[in-house]
Amino acid sequence: MKAAAFAYARATSVGNALELLKAYGDRAKVLSGGQSLMPAMNLRLISPELIVDIGELAELRGIAVTGSVVRIGALTRHVDLLTSPEIAAHAPLLTEAISHVAHPAIRNRGTLGGSLAHADPASELPACMVALNATIIVRGQDGERRVAAGEFFKGIYETDLSARELLISVELPVAGKHSVHFFHEFARRHGDYAIAGLAAQAMVERDIFTDLRLVFFAVGDRPVLARAATKLVNITITPAVLAAACTALGEELDPQDDQQASAAMRRHLAKVLLARAASALLDRPDLNAGGRA
Amino acid sequence: MTITSSNPEILSELDRPNSYIGKSVPRPNLERLMQGRGLYVSDMELPRMGHVVFLRSPHAHARIAGIDAAAARSMPGVIAVVTGKELAAVITPWVGVLSHLKGLKSAPQHALAIDRVCWQGEAVAAIVATSRAVAEDAAEIVRVDYEELEAVTDMRTALDPATPVIHPALGDNLAFERNLDAGEVDAAFAGSDAVVEADFIFGRHTGVTLEPRSVVADWNAAEARLTIYQGTQAPHMVQNIAALHLGLEESQVRVVCKDVGGSFGIKVHIYADEMATYALSKLLRRPIKFVADRVESFNTDIHARDHRCWGRIGVKRDGSITAFEIDDLTGIGPYSMYPRTSAIEANQVVNLVGGPYVTRNYRARARVVFQNKNVMCQYRAVGHPIACSVTEGLVDLAAAKIGMDPVEIRRRNLIADNAYPCASPSGLRFELLSHHAAINKLMTMMDYDALRSEQATLRSNGIYRGIGIASFIEVTNPSAAFYGVGGAKISSQDGVAIRLDAQGSVICQTSITEQGQGSESLTAQIVGSVLGVSMERVRVILGDTDNTPYGGGTWASRGAGIGGEAALQAAKILRRNILDVAAAILQSSPAELDIADNAIVNAADGASRMELRELARIVYFRPDTLPPGVQPELMATRHFVPREYPFAFTNGVQASWLEVDTDTGFVRLLKHWVVEDCGTLINPQLVDEQIRGGVVQGLGAALFEKCVYDERGQLTNANMADYLVPMSGEMPDIDVGHVVSPTSETELGAKGAGEAGTAGAAAAVANAVNDALRPFGAVITEIPLTPQIILTALGRI
Repeated sequence: MKAAAFAYARATSVGNALELLKAYGDRAKVLSGGQSLMPAMNLRLISPELIVDIGELAELRGIAVTGSVVRIGALTRHVDLLTSPEIAAHAPLLTEAISHVAHPAIRNRGTLGGSLAHADPASELPACMVALNATIIVRGQDGERRVAAGEFFKGIYETDLSARELLISVELPVAGKHSVHFFHEFARRHGDYAIAGLAAQAMVERDIFTDLRLVFFAVGDRPVLARAATKLVNITITPAVLAAACTALGEELDPQDDQQASAAMRRHLAKVLLARAASALLDRPDLNAGGRA
Repeated sequence: MTITSSNPEILSELDRPNSYIGKSVPRPNLERLMQGRGLYVSDMELPRMGHVVFLRSPHAHARIAGIDAAAARSMPGVIAVVTGKELAAVITPWVGVLSHLKGLKSAPQHALAIDRVCWQGEAVAAIVATSRAVAEDAAEIVRVDYEELEAVTDMRTALDPATPVIHPALGDNLAFERNLDAGEVDAAFAGSDAVVEADFIFGRHTGVTLEPRSVVADWNAAEARLTIYQGTQAPHMVQNIAALHLGLEESQVRVVCKDVGGSFGIKVHIYADEMATYALSKLLRRPIKFVADRVESFNTDIHARDHRCWGRIGVKRDGSITAFEIDDLTGIGPYSMYPRTSAIEANQVVNLVGGPYVTRNYRARARVVFQNKNVMCQYRAVGHPIACSVTEGLVDLAAAKIGMDPVEIRRRNLIADNAYPCASPSGLRFELLSHHAAINKLMTMMDYDALRSEQATLRSNGIYRGIGIASFIEVTNPSAAFYGVGGAKISSQDGVAIRLDAQGSVICQTSITEQGQGSESLTAQIVGSVLGVSMERVRVILGDTDNTPYGGGTWASRGAGIGGEAALQAAKILRRNILDVAAAILQSSPAELDIADNAIVNAADGASRMELRELARIVYFRPDTLPPGVQPELMATRHFVPREYPFAFTNGVQASWLEVDTDTGFVRLLKHWVVEDCGTLINPQLVDEQIRGGVVQGLGAALFEKCVYDERGQLTNANMADYLVPMSGEMPDIDVGHVVSPTSETELGAKGAGEAGTAGAAAAVANAVNDALRPFGAVITEIPLTPQIILTALGRI
């Protein structure tokens, strides 16, 4: 279990990294926290010709709040998101989600940009970005592009990012008044890849959802922004309303079978998550019917 | 943690001032390991050492049509690429059978496959290079032409006439069958008020040692001697087998076993790739290192527990169990493992089912079949989890059927504590067990009645918790009955040599081995206690066939009971020898003297007479001052093997308290209790750690661990992300209590403790899940109890 030989370059600037990526294209891989890349290389699932290590690009690291926008550098590590007071204040969904990401040793190295660029459909942060309406900023030879998180994830390990571009940062809107969130995932062991998970961001006014973004993960080839959520907005939620939303969710999702769960189980667990989210977000224990609707 | 000694009489040699017996003293090797100064085979580097990587079959069953290694051989850094045919020139094949397992058959197995591969992961070529990375590069360009053959994967159809026979010379795919019929089973079932049956299904799983299997083999052509550095539980067994198949005398083979990063039974076998490594060293005349990586560990470390066992139980309305009957089927891969064989687990299942209970009526059949999957063999608590889960699952089903509390039905059927010695229907002989004392103690520890009422209250609020109980017996301290009588050269006796050095410290060589259990500590504790020497002055040497007495090593919970007794007896002899010399020097008599705190003292008043250091000085440097005719012998050796009982059975009971989320099928373990009786406790903390570690492996089996094969014989989860080992986050607190019934076969009185935790944990959890699900009428008799299985049983998906 040793990686095949590869060339290594430690990028001295974003410009330098982009030059290397331009020269090597998809024969190069960007090394950030290395928590997915290194195992894949050691298993020889991938054998890049060149590793572009961006670890020293300090400009890509850090969290800044400007007006109504939280900007997070791509190299910001999971542990820094977890302990950041700014994130806890302005994007508490992220703080909660991070504690489900693997284990401390991995969170100490893994980065936000790495997780988003890797785009594992079972991972937490891509779903959070969609739920939070984030904008993902990428830079190439021709300058910067801003991509809505909902447009960024294209499939299993596939994103809008080209092999010649670098993920620079993300921007999140600051959580406003009436904003509430819910995060939960079902995993066989704490820190495992989720079998089914939900990142939810909502606005609640007088016990009514005025906005509800339900983003399911590990139930499709990318984070799924559920259309079924629209059935719960601007309406008094009754068990029947929730049941209709669960049914709609079941029809909308097209999960895969794997060793941990069948498609039917994933669909079932997604409905449980929907019911639990609605119950928790509205503080209505009576709605938690376990997805039996 | 609760520790109770229900049997306070203490053994004379151990009942001494400053005795370490029964004390939780720190392990002597802790400091060394904590400072990172352990020496594992993985760490070793020798001059001219080559690294071997094995090219492994991607197919479960295929003919090898050709191997083209020309390109790999010419890569820089590659020392050799060796095929099975080439290696067969230096090493002979083997057949994993034992004569006392009547009818057991297997086919010759080679160190490297020669013309056919029989499981995905079997090695077909060895690539030796100057580094592991270079060898892996070279392995990628070795071309093997395979002609795929039909794979036998489902044990249920392995014996069908339409299924191909994996080894045509054997006639069929049946490796072993055992039948047992004791008492009047049919009459007992006919006379029962209720008869319940179920199919119990056990997932195939494996040991997942932190340090993978590792070997450095160093053939010294000038000395004609092979030194094998290996993380093994049984150095003398490895010596015997390596010599046998390389055409050497045992004196030409030295096996050195330093620190080992976990074993659990995984490292007590002879693996083809390890044999190939020994052979490569001889062939290439240089040191060769093999360290399995994690993927090949999953594909080649022995698997265990892949059983499907039908069982039924008869019961009277008053709760008395009338009979047990089982039909067990297990698939062991394409070969019976060498040299302990792969029939032992099924044989143990037949031996152990119903073992804690009084009924004399018991019928069993076990069949062991070949299949094209990785080999299966003995792993911690061999057969016990199967037997315990079947027995205890059936007892709970019977209790539910007649509406009796699970504890009450056990109390009515467990062998009485005053009924010993006695024997089981399968012929197991019990010297002294304590089932009732154990279950009584368990009831107190867990506050059973309070827990039951808490369960009822929560259930009315839609929270489904369950209590599961599992009584068990456990084989420990095996005599020659396990392997020796079947012709395997696996010693059941152990030896300890102790000597006083020239400054009055003690050097102790023992044939038991250390993989983290505390063998070194318990040996030092016993020797220190008997000699009256402080533990820090006792140095224990283990794991070197050149430098320890001959013995079995560490497996089957035997180190403390057998090796510990040898240490005790050797220390007694050395003590007598020391006192003889002391009496001569002090013009006293041995009976008037004793040793305490590293000094000769008066037996009567404990007054110090002479430091041991001074005695050693006189003996080694001024023997001229000793009286004529006194020849001190400051070294003593004793060996020990149990002779009266084939095994020292232990017993115990476990309980699990857990919650099932009936919406999601997830199980949350809330608490686990174990009461066990391993006789004399030498180091209570080490015993409790053994119990807890064993429980965790049992909980892994209950909820998480499974080697998932597809229908073509491909292991699909050979990595740590997809094969789920139990992790601390999901583990409950585990309370351990003890009842102490020493064996009188030894002066020490210790029985084994290493496997008891694993024996009953899964049974307790399965019973607890079914207890939680009782309001839904769901019964599950399959482990691991995954959310998918639970949701399916609940009809939710």
